[in-house]
Amino acid sequence: MEKTFKITTPEGLHARPTALLVSAVTGFKAEVELIYKEKSVNLKSIMGVMSQGILPGGVVTISANGVDADKLMETVTEVIITKGIGEEC
Amino acid sequence: MLELKGIAVSNGIALAKAYCLIEPDLTFNRVEVLDTGTENTRFKNAVATSKLELQEICEMAEHKFGEEKAAIFSAHLLLLEDPEMLSAIEVKINEGNNAEYALHEVSTMFIDMFEAMDNEYMRERAADIRDVAKRVLAHLLGVTIPDYSRLTSDVIIVAEDLTPSMTAQLDTKYVKGFITDIGGRTSHSAILARTMEIPAVVGTKTATKTIKHGAPIIIDGANGEIIVNATNELSEYYVTKQKAYEDEQRDLTQYRSLQSVSADGYAVEIAGNISKQEDVDTVVKNGGDGIGLFRTEFLYMNRQELPNEEEQFAVYRAVLEKMQDKPTVVRTLDIGGDKNLPYLKLAPEMNPFLGYRAIRLCLDQQEMFRTQLRALIRASVYGNLKIMFPMIATLEEFRAAKALLLEEQQNLKNEGYTVSEKIEVGMMIEIPSAAIIADLFAKEADFFSIGTNDLIQYTLAADRMNENVSYLYQPYHPAVLRLIKNVIDAAHRHGKWVGMCGEMAGDEIAIPILLALGLDEFSMNASAILKTRAQITKLAKEPLMKHVEDILMLATAADVEQYVRNHLVVSD
Repeated sequence: MEKTFKITTPEGLHARPTALLVSAVTGFKAEVELIYKEKSVNLKSIMGVMSQGILPGGVVTISANGVDADKLMETVTEVIITKGIGEEC
Repeated sequence: MLELKGIAVSNGIALAKAYCLIEPDLTFNRVEVLDTGTENTRFKNAVATSKLELQEICEMAEHKFGEEKAAIFSAHLLLLEDPEMLSAIEVKINEGNNAEYALHEVSTMFIDMFEAMDNEYMRERAADIRDVAKRVLAHLLGVTIPDYSRLTSDVIIVAEDLTPSMTAQLDTKYVKGFITDIGGRTSHSAILARTMEIPAVVGTKTATKTIKHGAPIIIDGANGEIIVNATNELSEYYVTKQKAYEDEQRDLTQYRSLQSVSADGYAVEIAGNISKQEDVDTVVKNGGDGIGLFRTEFLYMNRQELPNEEEQFAVYRAVLEKMQDKPTVVRTLDIGGDKNLPYLKLAPEMNPFLGYRAIRLCLDQQEMFRTQLRALIRASVYGNLKIMFPMIATLEEFRAAKALLLEEQQNLKNEGYTVSEKIEVGMMIEIPSAAIIADLFAKEADFFSIGTNDLIQYTLAADRMNENVSYLYQPYHPAVLRLIKNVIDAAHRHGKWVGMCGEMAGDEIAIPILLALGLDEFSMNASAILKTRAQITKLAKEPLMKHVEDILMLATAADVEQYVRNHLVVSD
């Protein structure tokens, strides 16, 4: 399953919001990818996500696959919205 | 005695003994490993111990600097759990490499990747990976990382670079300053020093090689000077200077939340000049009423290509959001003159200050200009944006620039963007022709900002980069004052406001004259805001206005200065 978000933190995906995202998905079994500008990285990897250098306004797609993918997507969406990291597109 | 110079990144003066942070020896050999299972366990144990330590440091940092600043350590902890990094290391170990080598190889790959990124913030993150990798490596080698948390007397820290974990452990009570070999304004040590309000000088290149542990040091964070083994006389001089600085800072803090109002109740705006996004914090901290000049050219410098719309939008938006509803004046690109962009490949000129620069260049290279205007207009909904054009000499230039702005505003609306409908569009007054026909400009511009540095050099025909004619840089020259008066009067007749964003706006002698002339906004280096507010709250505008006529009849700049000292400066 997939969902698309627009990043709205003023600095883009800096260490702090990235840490929140990665922590949110780390406990899940499902595989989860973050796709930005057609490049895909493991959302459980803080270095992978930060290496994307995502700027505010950047549109990212999160794609999860596995037994608990539904729950993962629900958690990650909640973190993105409630922590002011981005909004659903 | 020995003197060193570096980049001044945090203000203040300190005198204390050098405390050199010496890195432990982390050299290792590449060894072939047969029992990869044991090697993997050894690596996992080192990671586990590192995690425990980092958790402790994270708690310590939260306690000392607050959750926001400690967030970096949550990121460090996640690095130790990063599946991409851990699995890459495991693969290397399984190929028969020892853990030290595997860790080094993989972390270097990530460090190189971050260092190659074109975003300064991300480049600095390479230091985080290096910091974490170093900790794990130390545990693999059984080397203890020195404990800096038990200082007993005042010190100035000298290090190649301060890693986040080093600074979190430091007992800040005893740390009076930072000196590093490498780094810039946004490096960790610089940011931390400003948070702690202690002086810091970075990028000295040689500090760790030339300064001995325990040597007495003086650090002047205002101009980036470091003196080792100073003479008694020099030390005394700095002790006095330090005391004066501290007294002044203490005295000025009371003005932080006060309004900028003259003693007889006339309100003005005292704003800050900024060049980068981070500078906003200093303006806010110093109680600035707004941003009077955002020099956007720094967005274009130190890079290989023009910044795109998205990138610029991000910066403008961040600045506007931080300033909330306070006025934020952004000057469009002012490149050329003494500021060159190699990638634009501009031909060298005989008279660059009179040449192809600022609005002249932007009206010619419209694609580049439109990109900036679009980014600004899109950001306009996030705060109180005002846009001004630099180096306007003729009405046609102003009209052409404004027309492009309105066109892009319409384009963006057609594309579905929400944009602010009340962006004020003004101009810099820095060319005498514009100052003289300010009445004609005032009908079309929403505001003026007087750029005194250029206005003075053009009025007196004196290159401000040429030391032989530096005596002609005369802010109080009667011609300059008369031009300023003309600009302010013309604007006010048309109900427009006037700011000043040159150095003159924060000049103690000029301030009483400018207040009397009716200047509405004084914009300056953030560190001068409180001092200016303190001065203005003590000045009464109406009595000063009675002197205006006399001052404008004085024949020389020296006469003006003398007159102000005799009649207008409040002595407290």
